Amino acid sequence: MRIALALLAGSLAAAPAQAETLIASLSTSRVAITSNYTGASIVVFGAIERDAQTISRAGPYDIVVMVRGPRASIVVRQKEPMGPIWLNREQQRFVDIPYYVAALSSRAVEQVATDQLRTRLKIGLRGVVYSPEVSVFRGGEADGPFREALLRLQKQERLWIESARGVTFLTSSLFRSPVQIPAIAPPGNYEVDVMLFSDNVMLSRSQTNFELVKTGFEQQVAAVAREWSILYGLVVAAVALLFGWIASVIFRRD
Amino acid sequence: MQVYLPIAEIPVSVLLILAMGAAVGFISGLFGIGGGFLMTPLLIFLGIPPAIAVGTQQAQIAASSTTSALAAWRRDSIDLKLAAFLLGGGFVGTMLGVLFFALMRRAGQLELVIVVSYVSLFSVVGGLMLKESVSEFWRSRRGAARPVRRAGDHPAYLGLPFRMRFPRSKLYASVIPIVGLAMFIGFAGAVLGIGGGFILVPALLYLFRVPPAIVIGTSQFQILWTTLAATVLHAAINDAVDVVLALVLIVGGVFGAQFGARAGRNLRAELFRFLLALLVLAVGLRFAIELVLRPQEPFSLQILEIQP
Repeated sequence: MRIALALLAGSLAAAPAQAETLIASLSTSRVAITSNYTGASIVVFGAIERDAQTISRAGPYDIVVMVRGPRASIVVRQKEPMGPIWLNREQQRFVDIPYYVAALSSRAVEQVATDQLRTRLKIGLRGVVYSPEVSVFRGGEADGPFREALLRLQKQERLWIESARGVTFLTSSLFRSPVQIPAIAPPGNYEVDVMLFSDNVMLSRSQTNFELVKTGFEQQVAAVAREWSILYGLVVAAVALLFGWIASVIFRRD
Repeated sequence: MQVYLPIAEIPVSVLLILAMGAAVGFISGLFGIGGGFLMTPLLIFLGIPPAIAVGTQQAQIAASSTTSALAAWRRDSIDLKLAAFLLGGGFVGTMLGVLFFALMRRAGQLELVIVVSYVSLFSVVGGLMLKESVSEFWRSRRGAARPVRRAGDHPAYLGLPFRMRFPRSKLYASVIPIVGLAMFIGFAGAVLGIGGGFILVPALLYLFRVPPAIVIGTSQFQILWTTLAATVLHAAINDAVDVVLALVLIVGGVFGAQFGARAGRNLRAELFRFLLALLVLAVGLRFAIELVLRPQEPFSLQILEIQP
C-alpha cells in the first residue's frame, strides 16, 4: 500500500505540470453499411482535463476536429478549348489524399492557429489540399487552380466539409462535434484527430478512429465479386437469362 | 426508396431506376433494340461510375434479348449458320473491347473514349439511318418502286474469299465482312455498354440484304450471347458489374419492353425507321454538345484508387 502510494505520488510529480489532458471518444467505432444506408452521422465527444498544477490560460480554449477518410489517388483535369471542342488538357495528380475530410472547429481555423501550424498539422480543408505531400508544387501558381478545383468539387459533393461552428462547448471543458458522412463516402478507415489549442499553440491532441464497413448482404456480394469474379459474372448472366425467360413465359401470347 | 449498390458503393433510388428501366425498355421494345445506348448515358448522368454503368448495362441487355430471342426461336426466324459466324466475330470483338476498356480505364482516358465514340458512332449511324428513311419516304410519296435487285448485282465486299451460302438468309457471301462486322459490334458494345442492335440490324438489312424477319431474330440471338459474354468478362476483368443495379434494371426493362413491343405493332415501318434514326442522332448530338459547349466547370475529378 505504501509502495503503491509512493509510486502514484512519483508519477504525479513526474507528469508535466502545465499540460491539459484531452480525452475524446466517438458515439460509435463502427458504422455499418446496410442495404438502406443513406449516409451516417457520428458524434465526437470530448473533455479537457485540468488539474491543480495546470497553469491558467489567458485566451479561451479552441478545439479542432479533423476527420480523414480513406486515402485516394485523384487526378484533376482541366478542359480547354482545342479547335471547336473542349478537351481535357492539363492535369494534376494528387496522391494519398483523404477522399473524405471533415474540418470542424469551435472557431474559424484561421483564428485558431497560424498559417504554418495549420499547414504542418494539415488543419482545415486548405491545410489538407495545400499539404506538400499530396501533390507536386509546380513553379509559380500553376498548381493553384487544380488545388482549388479539388477543394471546390469535393465540397460540392459534401465529401469535404468545413465548419467554424462544428464544435460546440457544453461546459467550459466538455465539447461535442457531430460529423456527417454522406452516402457516397467510401467504406474504410476514418481517422479522427482532436486537437486542443489556446493562443495559437497546440496544447494537447487525441487520436481515434472509426470504420465504415459493408455488412451482411452488401459485404458478401462485394466479397464474392472480388474473390470469385468469374463465378459472380456467371451468376449475374444466369439471373439475366432467368428473368428474360420468365418475362417470355408471362407475356407469351400464344 | 433508396438502396445501396454493393459494387458501385453509392445508394440509388429504386423507383427512379425502375422507372428509367421501364421507359428505356418501352423504347427498346418499340424499336426491337437493346436500349443500351440510352440507358448507359442515363446511368452515368445519375452518378453511377461510368465503368459500372457500362458493365452492368450488359446484363440488362442480355435479359431483354433473352425474351426477344426466345420469341424469335419460337417463330423459327433465326439463321443459326449466320449467327454462328456473327458469334465467333462477336466474342473476339467483345474480348478485345473489355481489354481495351481496362487499358483506357487505367490510363484515365475512359471518359473521353466513351464520349468521342458516342458522338462519332451515333452521328454516323443516325445520319445514315435518317438519310435512308427520308429517301424511302420520298420514293413512296412519288410512288416510285424501290429499285429491283437483279441477280449478280451485289457490292464487292460480298465477293471476297471464303464465300459461303446462308440459305435461310438468302445470302451467298464472303464470311470476312460478316465476321468483321460482328467483331466491330462486339468491340463497340463492350466499350460503350450497348448491345449494338441498332448497328447490326441496319447493317444486315442494307449491307447484306438479309430478309427483315431473319435479321431481327438473328441479331437478337447474337446480341444475347455477346452481352452474356461481356457481362462475365466485365465482372471478371474490370469488377464493373453491380448485381443489385442489374436486377433493378432488368425488372424495369423486361416489363417496359413488353408494352413497347405492343405499341410498336401499330407503328408504320417508315415512321418507325425515321423515329429510330432521330433517337440515335439525338443521343449523338447530346454528347456532341457536351464536347463543344463551354463547360460550366472546366475541372473534373477522376478517382484512380481508394485504399480502404
